[in-house]
Amino acid sequence: MKDRVGRIERKKRSFNLKMTIFSLIVFAFIYLPIIVMIVFSFNDQKRNYYWKGFTFKWYEKLFTDSDLIQYLWISLAIAVLATIISVIIGTIGAFGLVRFEFKIKKLINGALYIPVVIPEVVLGIALLMLYETANMPLGMAAIVMAHVTFCIPFVVIIMRGRLAGMDQSIEEASMDLGANRLTTFMRVTLPMLVPGILSSCFMSFTLSIDDVIISNFVAGPKSTTLPVKILSLVKVGLSPEVNALATVMIAVLILGLLLNSLTQAILKKRAENNVKSYF
Amino acid sequence: MEDTIKTKRMSWGRRNAPAIATAGPVSFWMIVFVLLPMIYVVVISFMSRNVYGGIDFTFTLANYKEMMEPLYLKVIWKSFKLAVLTTVICLLLGYPLAYYIAGKPSATAAKLIMLVMIPYWTNSLVRLYSYNLLGATNGPINNFLLKIGAIEAPLDLLYSDGIVIVGLLTAMLPFSVLPLYTSIEKLDKSLLEASKDLGANAFTTFRKVTIPLTMPGIVGCILLVFIPSLGMYYVPEALGGGKVMLIGSLIRNQFLVTKNWPFGASLAILMILMTLIMMWIYTRVASLDDLEEVF
Repeated sequence: MKDRVGRIERKKRSFNLKMTIFSLIVFAFIYLPIIVMIVFSFNDQKRNYYWKGFTFKWYEKLFTDSDLIQYLWISLAIAVLATIISVIIGTIGAFGLVRFEFKIKKLINGALYIPVVIPEVVLGIALLMLYETANMPLGMAAIVMAHVTFCIPFVVIIMRGRLAGMDQSIEEASMDLGANRLTTFMRVTLPMLVPGILSSCFMSFTLSIDDVIISNFVAGPKSTTLPVKILSLVKVGLSPEVNALATVMIAVLILGLLLNSLTQAILKKRAENNVKSYF
Repeated sequence: MEDTIKTKRMSWGRRNAPAIATAGPVSFWMIVFVLLPMIYVVVISFMSRNVYGGIDFTFTLANYKEMMEPLYLKVIWKSFKLAVLTTVICLLLGYPLAYYIAGKPSATAAKLIMLVMIPYWTNSLVRLYSYNLLGATNGPINNFLLKIGAIEAPLDLLYSDGIVIVGLLTAMLPFSVLPLYTSIEKLDKSLLEASKDLGANAFTTFRKVTIPLTMPGIVGCILLVFIPSLGMYYVPEALGGGKVMLIGSLIRNQFLVTKNWPFGASLAILMILMTLIMMWIYTRVASLDDLEEVF
């Protein structure tokens, strides 16, 4: 009996080891392109083809005279605008879709799934056709509206989940105490939705900043986002400067994530200490 | 008379004011930017192109007939094949990884999921270009193989279907891990023990208990990987040197290069049909709401 338990235990351990090794290999596959990207940002060559030598000059160029930075600014501006608009429309919309009944609710719920499930290229051509038919000029505004269109469904999906898990009696209490619907929404519902709103912002921003396919259709000749610019450069070979920019961006992101978890850990500890000091 | 209409309208308005104020903007946006353009795509797919690159508004099935030409069928078939292969490999890599992560305590699991997602936040084209550098004729892989004497002449690693699949995997893998993780994490471990107690070995338990119970995640993964894979034209463009043509690139060209909107629209309809079939399969095994848990 004891022998059998030992055998099962050994088997389990070897299975766990195999799983760990397999997962490490998958992680290696996920990170391989990033590592290559970072290494080649130090490559001393005008366009990246093979390793020639180590240099910092691309980072210097990035921060002194770079024409890439302007595309980054355009991308950031578009992402911020698209995030703000889609989170506002999506959050209020999710509230309406959860709490009220109206005739076209089913239709709208169905329409919200379309941008999530269809290939992006289809939404791209649909929007291009809409703009051209409506005689709307391509460019910044067109890109922002396109991004809002594919961000809204994700915001609604996230917020609907949060609203469904929320205790409605708190809102009822607010109304019983004399607050009207608007005050209740602004002062009770909205504050409770803050975590959901933050993750909606995060989701929308990431979707917008990395979008290539839809932006490529609606960008037009004048204003181009960073990913669309990189797409046009990819055909002739990317300069290490592009790698340097991508490296800086990922470094900023990781730093942000670390700072975030650090502050949360500190806040948690402080809260625990505060609780302790009460006793 | 006018008064009664007015009060009626007012009361309708007042009754629906909260619904209109909240769900109004989102409804408006979805109708104008999604539903109407989609209907327009369907309509245009039955029209033809006039000599000026505009649209000739007479009904025709010519676009769908053109799609049946061997040249286009080949592209469609190849896109389908590459998307299926990508999805299968994503499942084979993603499932064990998701299973491994789900077995960790929740704080560690959250960190590991973060690690899976971080690469997704770097520009996907720069990441894809890394494979061009790795696989170049005088790149590190060929140099290494030449040095150890495994090969005599550099291999032609780029511009192939294989590298396009690797590229699609790079772009899609995070999306396969998330739905799988969500459903494996929900799995009731006592059911696995029950199966074991009843005499099933590990493999049988996996096949008869784990797989069926995590089916929503598996189909969710297929949905999130297969459909986008069909349309990601920038992957073959960045890696295949434009030599590998996929249905996404074909549609892109109809709109941005040759200006044949009707034919492009009919190809888009084909993609939508493929999507609908996948969605239908998905609703057979799980409800759409399950997909929401992924986000």
